[in-house]
Amino acid sequence: MAVTTQPKLDAHRLRADFPVFEELVNGRPVAFLDSAASTQKPRQVLDAMREFYEHSYANVHRGVYRLAERATTGYESARGKVAGFVNAPSEREVIFTRSATEALNLVAYAWGLDNLGPGDVVVVTDLEHHSSFVPWQYVAGRTGASFKAIPIDEHGELQLSALEEIERAGTVKVVACNLVSNTLGTVNPVRDLAVWAHEREAIMVVDAAQAAPHRPLDVQALGCDFLAISSHKMCGPSGVGALWGRRELLEKMAPFNLGGEMIRSVSMERTTWNELPYKFEAGTPAIAEAVGFGAAVDYVLDAGLAAIEAHERELVEYTLGRLGEVPWISTYGPPPEHRAGIVSMNVDGVHPHDVAQVLDWEGVAVRAGHHCTQPLMSKLGVAATVRASFYVYSIPEEVDRLVDGLHKAKQSLG
Amino acid sequence: MSEFDQLYRELILDHYKNPRNHGLLEHADAQAEGQNPLCGDEVSVSVRLGDGDVIEEVGFDGRGCAISQAATSMLSDLVKGRTADDVAAMPKEELLDELGIPLTPVRLKCAILGLGVLKLALHKARGTPLPEEWGTSANELVLE
Repeated sequence: MAVTTQPKLDAHRLRADFPVFEELVNGRPVAFLDSAASTQKPRQVLDAMREFYEHSYANVHRGVYRLAERATTGYESARGKVAGFVNAPSEREVIFTRSATEALNLVAYAWGLDNLGPGDVVVVTDLEHHSSFVPWQYVAGRTGASFKAIPIDEHGELQLSALEEIERAGTVKVVACNLVSNTLGTVNPVRDLAVWAHEREAIMVVDAAQAAPHRPLDVQALGCDFLAISSHKMCGPSGVGALWGRRELLEKMAPFNLGGEMIRSVSMERTTWNELPYKFEAGTPAIAEAVGFGAAVDYVLDAGLAAIEAHERELVEYTLGRLGEVPWISTYGPPPEHRAGIVSMNVDGVHPHDVAQVLDWEGVAVRAGHHCTQPLMSKLGVAATVRASFYVYSIPEEVDRLVDGLHKAKQSLG
Repeated sequence: MSEFDQLYRELILDHYKNPRNHGLLEHADAQAEGQNPLCGDEVSVSVRLGDGDVIEEVGFDGRGCAISQAATSMLSDLVKGRTADDVAAMPKEELLDELGIPLTPVRLKCAILGLGVLKLALHKARGTPLPEEWGTSANELVLE
């Protein structure tokens, strides 16, 4: 059997690509442990956007002049990169959106409003980000469908055994789930859920915003129907995300936004829609951002998704090991082999916001709050957690600085 | 003084660890709850009013960050003996001066949560005006 050795990710080398680490505060760069919220940007992405603005910028899909053609080529080549990144069968199935949130709203509105009704069931999970929870809750309410959530066990993993009970509520039409939880890092069994959904002729909608940056992604292997990703969580600019959708579903769906670009012809009597993917891209898109997104895809693939996954697992193991030595720290979520590069924790007797404040003075950036997962917080029985999350540039020294800062917070406030 | 000492200076830490007037009052004349969804701070404030709607007793309960709980504790001392009208008109700067520390906008909301809840309680019980920017119909105060 041929064994391919995966080159290990060299975080110290990659850090040199990120200008943010050149700025020193009290002699040290920021220990940026909030990549799950948004990642820092490498020079390669910044340069690609600047180059595009300086040499190839115009509006897309319209002009006959050379600049417009270059702009369109840049924009469409980014689509091709994103399509390859998620292993889409066709580039036409990739729709640029403002964000993963908008991508999920697109499905909830454009598919949900026309396909749901009383007696139908929309299934989400207790681990959902609000952007995969609230649109379905809202559209279920609008259409009279019932809205159910798959619960989690004490490790923060989905209890699929609950599906049997959920199914009794009616005809399951949608299962919406994130591939990786943004709060606990749980890697969810989306492939199994997709099989279960399809056995019931329901659609499977995957929020991959938190998975895409950290592990290889393949919509065909996952067997899902829609998948949303976000540029800014994987080294790209904010303001752009993408929805992949199965062509036959996208073709049947009504448009989401109406306006320029998404039409074929307009008259007083009737307007017809453009072909895919433009039917869902009304208005001038975030052109340079899409180009930056494409550059980010290149950057992440160059670092190697399997290498990123392995790198983050090492960091999670190291972090859980260091935190496990401290009796007054609680951590949440599954064991390292079932989670991506995210560790949520609390310091006994100290509010997460106060912990984050103390850490900030130590130059350690973490997120404190409910992470847009209030239903999950209430399941965990906490108002908020402190979350450390990693990416290609994260190094064990930053974890040490985190642990030192947690000790300071405990000494002063605990 | 380091930034750390500056923010959580001793007085605030003391109020956080030994909150004054802690616990809701029985037979309160006014009571309200509020929360700061961003960090999950929660505060309930109850008051007993005497002649001329003078605040005789204050009791509060809550959970949340050091700033939100300490500020409410300090507030509870600050308003005793004042009339409901006085407190309704009390500018947030008065409480912030008492805290005496620089706050980022996010933490400012933690600091004034208790004051907002107290004003809401008085509004519900005595019809005193709410600060214009908070609207006048909220039954439960949520600082966005």
